[in-house]
Amino acid sequence: MPEVTMVGALNRALRDALAGDPRALVFGEDVGRLGGVFRVTDGLQAEFGKERVFDTPIAEAGIAGACVGLSLAGFRPVAEMQFDGFSYPALDQVISHVAKYRMRTRGIASMPIVIRIPSFGGIRGKEHHGDSPETYYVHTAGLKVVVPSGALDAYRLLSLAIADPDPVIFLEPKARYWSKEDGELGVEGPGIGEARVVREGADCALIAYGTMVSRCLDAAGRLADEGIDARVLDLRSLVPLDLEALGTAARETGRMVVVHEAARTVGMGAEIAARIMEEAFDYLQAPVMRVTGYDTPYPPASLEQHWLPSVERICDAARKAVAY
Amino acid sequence: MLSTTPAAASLRRDMGHSRSDHPNLVRLIAPDGTAVGDTDVGLSPQELRELLRLMILTRRLDDECMALQRQGELTVYPPFRGQEAAQVGSAFALGPQDFVFPSFRELAAALVRGVDPVEYLQYHRGTWHGGPYDPLATRFAPICVPVATQIVHAVGWAMGAKLDGKAACALTYFGDGATSEGDFHEGANLAAVFGAPVVLFCQNNGWAISVPLEVQTAGPIFRRAAGYGFPGVQVDGNDVLAVFKVTKAAADRARNGLGPTLIEAMTYRMGPHTTADDSSRYRTEEELAAWAPRDPIARYRRYLVDAGVADQAFLESCDGEAEERVATIRARVVGTAAPPPSEMFDHVFAAAPPSLERQRREALGDA
Ligand SMILES: Cc1ncc(C[n+]2csc(CCOP(=O)(O)OP(=O)(O)O)c2C)c(N)n1
Ligand SMILES: [Mg+2]
Repeated sequence: MPEVTMVGALNRALRDALAGDPRALVFGEDVGRLGGVFRVTDGLQAEFGKERVFDTPIAEAGIAGACVGLSLAGFRPVAEMQFDGFSYPALDQVISHVAKYRMRTRGIASMPIVIRIPSFGGIRGKEHHGDSPETYYVHTAGLKVVVPSGALDAYRLLSLAIADPDPVIFLEPKARYWSKEDGELGVEGPGIGEARVVREGADCALIAYGTMVSRCLDAAGRLADEGIDARVLDLRSLVPLDLEALGTAARETGRMVVVHEAARTVGMGAEIAARIMEEAFDYLQAPVMRVTGYDTPYPPASLEQHWLPSVERICDAARKAVAY
Repeated sequence: MLSTTPAAASLRRDMGHSRSDHPNLVRLIAPDGTAVGDTDVGLSPQELRELLRLMILTRRLDDECMALQRQGELTVYPPFRGQEAAQVGSAFALGPQDFVFPSFRELAAALVRGVDPVEYLQYHRGTWHGGPYDPLATRFAPICVPVATQIVHAVGWAMGAKLDGKAACALTYFGDGATSEGDFHEGANLAAVFGAPVVLFCQNNGWAISVPLEVQTAGPIFRRAAGYGFPGVQVDGNDVLAVFKVTKAAADRARNGLGPTLIEAMTYRMGPHTTADDSSRYRTEEELAAWAPRDPIARYRRYLVDAGVADQAFLESCDGEAEERVATIRARVVGTAAPPPSEMFDHVFAAAPPSLERQRREALGDA
């Protein structure tokens, strides 16, 4: 079976969308001739032309705002923000318009927009290149927010996001860009809004998304050596959140550990812990544990592995949950 | 520190935007109604009368909206009194293929574009955000309050029109205050770079709530266009024919593939910022009195009568029609009720995800 990187899979998803839908457009800073700073859009301008794949000025609010106008004109914009830390100038447009336009027009104007944002840490980046921005978007009604953890799911999620009639914030875990997976690219499988179990286990469940999924798998491997059978749930979709999958994991294991890079306070872990209690409080054998980044700005490269949830921190939390 | 006292600032405005009126200001009709330029702008006598009819109607409607707000039928209302020529003249210059991206003070432009004012006013009645009129059918985007944000939407739409090879343009309305926002710059620059068919229409009414023009910006707004690489024009915004003429030229230019134009229409907000504002706290009676003789409707009425295009009977019919239409609008506005609460959940997504469906049931039961 062919091997593909996440960058390659994302590139294929964009290519297939451009080929399949003449209204799809790809644009952003350096996405044209250069193919994006991570090469996710490599070759697309050459194949589809400068009208459908184009560079913009450095104007994040303009890019997001243009998505609104292009949607009203019947296009399907797929925009790139160059980095997590540089997506903030667009927040006003995303929060005030991209997210609300369908509602504000009583359902008449849909916003089939995808905003791709290379996100999260772990690549020894400079400041502004390792942020976890998901909570800003998750908290904004009207947006869907998805995060792939591997190449094959990246293809599936991006294809589904582009086809979706509503705006999707597509957070790409930079640290997984060069990870490889074997298999055919396709959209069959879980949709947006569905989590998937990537490792079965009965003693506890590790809940994660993006880069932290592979770290949880590593942790589960180590825990297995100690006789702890950990399940790993890849959320994939933060909005809509798969409450059923969370409930099932809680009912079947009784011990839940939520893992994310983002700072702890009002991170996804807070929401997930609350949902788990609403769904399955009676089944819980231990408090829901959180393993997260700290409530500090993302640290410099030399310190980032102290900040990011490590396999050891994840294992510790799981051990505590199991021993509770 | 500001070096200007309020009195000095208002004196400058008393002199009639003397600091910012450019020698090349486009003006066809002087404030006293006499023609000072070529008033043949390609409109038939009937169309010339139509401009007056629309200005009279929209002013009457604006007054009624103030009354409706005072009576508790609207929540907050931003009046456009004094800006009728800027809005009617520009909106009248567009074709059915064009798309308007308003800010929040453009009820007159909306009416000219065929938006049902009753649907428009639902926004100010507090029954729906954005305005429940159909923005795609009317080609009039939702009312937009975050200052300047609509400018980039217009540019995006125009980029799309260009990609589709359509002979159509977008026109976006914004105020003098909006030109201080980053979105004005991003929009203007994007429009220039992509040659987007868009008309950037600034209604410079001298004020952004309580902040006068000279605190907002230190140079003439229309001149900024040169920095982006497209034409900028300053027009007497209280001269409906001049506004029509420059807007038509800008729209034609855009539709012909020649890119954006920035229009700075010099006008004046005769009313408060909104019904929640008390403008006596920051501007003088003298300033208002200085602008009263520049009224856009009185000026154009005199011009049309002197030119023999409109007679007394026509003027009376305009007033009569305005009374009648506004009475109907009032009755319909007063008769509209809140939408069912289920609508809070209906339009967030094309299809509500299960987690949101649960919240709908939580809020409304199984209804
Ligand atoms: C981004 C943003 N900041 C502040 C406000 C509050 N606000 C509403 S209107 C306004 C003044 C706008 O002035 P201008 O652009 O000149 O338009 P005008 O009110 O004169 O029509 C302000 C500050 C807002 N709506 N949006
Ligand atoms: Mg103003």
